[in-house]
Amino acid sequence: MLDTSYSNPERTLITAGEISLNGDMILRAEHITKVFPGTLALDDVNFNTYRGKVNVLVGENGAGKSTLMKILAGVEQPTHGALILEGQPVKFHDALESSAHGIGIIYQELDLFPNLPIYENIFIAREVKQGLSVDKREEIRRTNDLLERLEHPMDPKTLVGDLRLGQQQIVAIAKALAQNVRILIMDEPTSALSQTEVTVLFRIINELKERGVSIIYISHKLEELLTIGDFLTVLRDGKVQAEARVSDVDLPWIIEKMVGRNLAALFTKQEHQIGSELLRVENLCFPRPGGGYYVDHVSCTLHTGEILGIYGLMGAGRTELFECLSGLHPEATGNIFLNKAKITSPEIEERIKKGMVLIPEDRQRVGLVPTLSVSSNMTLASLRKFTSRGVLSFKDELFEVVRMIKDLSIKVYNPQQSITALSGGNQQKVVVGKGLLTKPKVFIMDEPTRGIDVAAKSDMFQIMNDLAMQGFGVLFATSELKEILAMADRILVMSKGQITGEFKREDATEEALVTASAVGHGPIRTGGQA
Amino acid sequence: MTTEILQPQRGAEPSSPEKVKKQRTSLTLLLLKARTFIALILLVIFFAFTTPYFLNPESLIIMAKHISINAILAIGMTFVIVAGGIDLSVGAVVGLCGMVAGLLIDRGLILPMFGVVVFFRIWMIVLIALIVGVLVGAVNGWVITRLRVAPFIATLGTMYAARGLALLSNNGATFPNLVGEPNIGNEGFPWIGGGMIIGIPVAIWLMIAAGLIAWFVTTRTPFGRHVYAIGGNERAARLSGIRVNRTTLFVYMISGFCAAVGGLIVASQLIASHPASGTSFELNAIAAAVLGGTSLSGGRGTIGGTLVGAFVIGVLADGMVMMGVSDFWQTVIKGVVIVLAVAIDQFQARLQTVAALQQERG
Repeated sequence: MLDTSYSNPERTLITAGEISLNGDMILRAEHITKVFPGTLALDDVNFNTYRGKVNVLVGENGAGKSTLMKILAGVEQPTHGALILEGQPVKFHDALESSAHGIGIIYQELDLFPNLPIYENIFIAREVKQGLSVDKREEIRRTNDLLERLEHPMDPKTLVGDLRLGQQQIVAIAKALAQNVRILIMDEPTSALSQTEVTVLFRIINELKERGVSIIYISHKLEELLTIGDFLTVLRDGKVQAEARVSDVDLPWIIEKMVGRNLAALFTKQEHQIGSELLRVENLCFPRPGGGYYVDHVSCTLHTGEILGIYGLMGAGRTELFECLSGLHPEATGNIFLNKAKITSPEIEERIKKGMVLIPEDRQRVGLVPTLSVSSNMTLASLRKFTSRGVLSFKDELFEVVRMIKDLSIKVYNPQQSITALSGGNQQKVVVGKGLLTKPKVFIMDEPTRGIDVAAKSDMFQIMNDLAMQGFGVLFATSELKEILAMADRILVMSKGQITGEFKREDATEEALVTASAVGHGPIRTGGQA
Repeated sequence: MTTEILQPQRGAEPSSPEKVKKQRTSLTLLLLKARTFIALILLVIFFAFTTPYFLNPESLIIMAKHISINAILAIGMTFVIVAGGIDLSVGAVVGLCGMVAGLLIDRGLILPMFGVVVFFRIWMIVLIALIVGVLVGAVNGWVITRLRVAPFIATLGTMYAARGLALLSNNGATFPNLVGEPNIGNEGFPWIGGGMIIGIPVAIWLMIAAGLIAWFVTTRTPFGRHVYAIGGNERAARLSGIRVNRTTLFVYMISGFCAAVGGLIVASQLIASHPASGTSFELNAIAAAVLGGTSLSGGRGTIGGTLVGAFVIGVLADGMVMMGVSDFWQTVIKGVVIVLAVAIDQFQARLQTVAALQQERG
């Protein structure tokens, strides 16, 4: 199939002859421009989708990937430009129309209903009917078939809310498959998946390709794109920077096109002085309802000027540990000492005042108030500092906000702008700014680089570095091996709520971290700890 | 202040005809945002032409007096709705606080164990009635934050309970003629509802004071910001170190306080307290807040908007009375206006995007 499509000269005529590679095209977006209030999201973009191939779309946050994808899926309508499907111009007014044309989409934020079982999710709005009633048995049977095909058999009657994120991803794929898609758009499908689940997903993608399904694939994990992609389009600032065959390019080339500068400058670690003990945690326990622990007797220390990384698989208890430290779970037990003084108050407010602040993993949903402005969001945790005699000083507030916007190079044209008008990466920076404005001594970041692009990652590292150089302590969790090895001075590995390894940076290797993170996950399920 | 952090501009500098276009679109936006206010002005103009005496200072003052009760209730309701809740108990609190005042004026506080009856001065009676209102609000807040009962249900419960207590206080009967007796020293209650300060009724002054204080609290204090944050995203608010439970508790206490003020004004205007007074006032207060642009899903709303909303409802009601529209039709029209206003509110979001688009291109 691969060969015939390339060598068929008639089919290549579909292209308008601009920047396009030889290939059989199923869908083409021509001269797409999309204007949002305050931003030009897409600027005369041409995007080609080749039949039966994985068409990768890369770009930084705010480059316009999500917008382009939504236009292809009919969720958004372009301000200018046209979509050409199989040589015919098409217009989608909503997602249902595009799905009638065989275009399916799997969103980064999975659009599943947690309160409904798997099979109802898969057939939602497309119920199999028998007369007037829903044919439950048929739906369940087809769901079983689909899950079987995806090699993830699950009970179709399980509520989606009870599934792990990775399993939910499988359900989302099954939902798309149930609609007999010709073109499947996947937005960051692996961001919540474990390594094994990614392998399964890639196998599914290859299987779909063989059946002639064309994939549009969006991801921040560049290594992954090189493995799975066939064609690649790079977006930057709403414009197409380059289009290429994946086999013709390498990682530095992609990054250069994405960022417009070289990779070497992005991951530099400056030396910082590690000093005395700043934070000591003793026997921190957070019980799981129904037995066991989310956080199982964890003890650790953090020094001034130190970047301490916590590595672990999903569900290892990293997030819960951080939440306990920030004061989100008053029922957690154990002792926390900041500067050798015991922290007694379980209140989040007290801990922020004392200098411990958490940047949560799900920054958009847990970190931001969508109805407030950029400025109000940023100062939400530090309003005390702009208040005298109970009255807010807008002048002081604006001054600090503008300074933070500059420091973090947040793209915003007015601090009073609604936070929802910002791109994802910039919204994340606002959350970080909110944390920094509390003047923390211990900066706790859960997955600081999740779902953000290379340049924003580099900004995050810079912030962590700066804090460490100023003598503050940084505690961060990640599931990205390369990042933790590049950034952390010391690495703790967690598994099943316990600390299963501690490494100095010099001694840490990927293998050692992975081994430690798998403790207790042995092939023999004893239920206990290893 | 904002020019230095402008995003890099694309395209050429706007020339003068484009500037005109820009001004025009921003005018459209302004008109959209101020639509409730414009509706109010149009209503006033309409009634001024169709109804004699409508623009008389006296009838205007009477109208403002009518509006003041709903406006004060709606101010408290705005806090609650912005924080993502709802308070159905305010109407019943109006009745209960009126009855508390009536009971204390008419019968005094009977202490059987000492065999005495204590009569309070009016300012103390007012204070006690206000405390009762705040307490009902505190119960609401406590049930919602501690027992995790949905605001709708919690305040529905207190609505029934408060109404029941109001009825119990005098076996369902009215306390009439609450003028007090000079020899006991509890006269002066009618002043709240009927008194004047520099030619303007006390009730209107109370509305102005409530409006100013509430405006200040919502816009200029951390507490106000916290209320908006909780309504917009409670989890984010909690993680930012906001004491969500305490703030929510305060919000319902504010609403209870406002309802108590309303109850005192009602009882004082009638110089009598009736256990059924205030029935369905909560719905008028919600209507005023929503008309004024407060979002029922929380996080959005302003005191100014709520006041305008209360005026629209009040002017419409009194204007129709003066025109001689039947009671029944008045109710129908009120319902249509409220739904229409919210429908326009939903439409505005889309129009705003379109207008902003034009601005972008222009």
